[in-house]
Amino acid sequence: MPEPQAEFAIRVRDLVVGFGRQTVLDHLSLDVRCGEILGLVGASGGGKSVLMRTIIGLIPRRSGTIEVMGQTIGAPHDRSRAATWGILFQQGALFSSLTVRQNVQFPLRENLVLSQELMDEIAIAKLEMVGLRAQDGDKYPSELSGGMTKRVALARALALDPPILFLDEPTSGLDPIAAGDFDALIRTLQKTLGLTVFMVTHDLASLTTVCDRVAALADGKIVAIGPMRDLLQSEHPWVRAYFHGKRSQMLQPQMR
Amino acid sequence: MNPEPLLLATSSGDVLKLRPEGPWIAANVTTLETLSRSVDAEVDRSRAVSLDMSGISALDTLGAWILEKLSRKAASSGRPAEIMGVADHFSGLLEEVRQVNRHTPPPAGASNPVLLRLNDLGKATIGAREDIAIFLQMLGALFMAVAGVLRRPHSLRLTSLVYQLNRIGLQAIPIVILITFLIGAIIAQQGFFHFRRFGAESYTVDMVGILVLRELGVLIVAIMVAGRSGSAYTAELGSMKMREEIDALSTMGLDPVDVLILPRVAALVIALPILAFIGSMAALYGGGLVAQFYGDMGPAIYIARLHEAISVTHFEVGILKAPFMALVIGIVACSEGLGVKGSAESLGRQTTTSVVKSIFLVIVLDGLFAIFFASIGM
Repeated sequence: MPEPQAEFAIRVRDLVVGFGRQTVLDHLSLDVRCGEILGLVGASGGGKSVLMRTIIGLIPRRSGTIEVMGQTIGAPHDRSRAATWGILFQQGALFSSLTVRQNVQFPLRENLVLSQELMDEIAIAKLEMVGLRAQDGDKYPSELSGGMTKRVALARALALDPPILFLDEPTSGLDPIAAGDFDALIRTLQKTLGLTVFMVTHDLASLTTVCDRVAALADGKIVAIGPMRDLLQSEHPWVRAYFHGKRSQMLQPQMR
Repeated sequence: MNPEPLLLATSSGDVLKLRPEGPWIAANVTTLETLSRSVDAEVDRSRAVSLDMSGISALDTLGAWILEKLSRKAASSGRPAEIMGVADHFSGLLEEVRQVNRHTPPPAGASNPVLLRLNDLGKATIGAREDIAIFLQMLGALFMAVAGVLRRPHSLRLTSLVYQLNRIGLQAIPIVILITFLIGAIIAQQGFFHFRRFGAESYTVDMVGILVLRELGVLIVAIMVAGRSGSAYTAELGSMKMREEIDALSTMGLDPVDVLILPRVAALVIALPILAFIGSMAALYGGGLVAQFYGDMGPAIYIARLHEAISVTHFEVGILKAPFMALVIGIVACSEGLGVKGSAESLGRQTTTSVVKSIFLVIVLDGLFAIFFASIGM
């Protein structure tokens, strides 16, 4: 897919977000390049999801600007943005009253005019691309396992072939094998579809294997950003604690 | 900046040359579908098909799939399409799309409408049998729980019981009084209006007294409680079930029937007779007001007539039914709540079923009691 002229898919400048007296994001700036997979790490409750939800317009901001694909993000509920990004929520957020296939077709049905036959074919194509079978299309979300739910949610997020994909802890709750498969899947799809991927994750393995760059969020700011190798060298105390803690040390041999 | 997608078809000899141009992306899907349909006939007619992809400026899964469908259509009748001019950055996507939709699921067997009806009937019958089994199971579990409490009285969840009593008893009193008061007044008004024609106005009091105490007081209150509290029980237990809270309870060695269901059903069984009593009194009061202002019958006469017309038996017949109705409402509400599956839709469905079923059963129970009391002469 030919990338648009813009070099950056997402540009966040001086973003301030808070609730009540608490300031969660404090003059945060972040650039996501087109066609890269950016991993975002941060403490639990440190504002990673808040940042993601602010970029997609679910949380109002106090000040700062957000540009996505060269366009400033304004009011929420803007229909045209549905085609700009796909979002994989942490719990999948599949519509429980629709079958898997209807879930995947939902963005197509709401945003485009096309025949039911083509819609069915596209839905099955997407399901197969994320590694599910056509027969799974008739199941309801309550009948799916955790890994399948994530895959269906990914298929739905990709239904309109958006240039940007937001993933909120895509591998949480999956076993290491399923998580590895999922990482590989994201990598493949990113390559074939030319996606820009913004991924919030705690999974050190995902960070090392699939992310082109990693951004570390601490104290409401991006304190370090760059390839995994650079982050491991970072001197920031929180980043050091994160990547050189006991749990991370166990993974270190593979990282180097 | 947004050129329309095109599909140029040229026949040279036996070869049909297709050249898609412009952006073949999801946003243009309506045009793309029309384009691909317009060449369907030509693809069928031609001997060989070649697909020249070099003119495509943008491509996504949807566009790739439509092109893939064209080439498969050609290939299916033994004339493999020749694809050329694929830009490097599209080749991965086209390759990916080539893999999908290869295994069409077997179509569901043709369904005979008669068989379908019979199937539904059979399922409904089995469903009804299961409903009875679930009801009896819940009744049995409740009895076991009550027996457990009788053996160890301190195991009763008193806090929960009091909380539920407050919620479904105390807080329900205003609305119960309002509605039964209005119904008592309406019955009295109708009685005076119609009985006046043959000078039997004084019998209106008999009618209001007996009707309210024996039937209407308890029936109206039971129906209101089924709608107000039964639905709340189903929704609460249902959402607890969805969030695995009930499973969490069981794994901690606690029986959900003891912890959740017994306090709720017990609260209903205690509260409904009280509410029925309050409701009956409110209805008699409403009747009395109508007697004074519409029937020209003073309070003294109204009370004297009531005293003659009704006996303790009438009151007993009404109030005896209340705990049984409460039990039915409680059991139906709780077992429907536990029947909730994972989806939000299922929660709504179970709540509706709970209210409809408990109102139906309350009325059936009332009929059975009417037969019973008639045969024992009460």
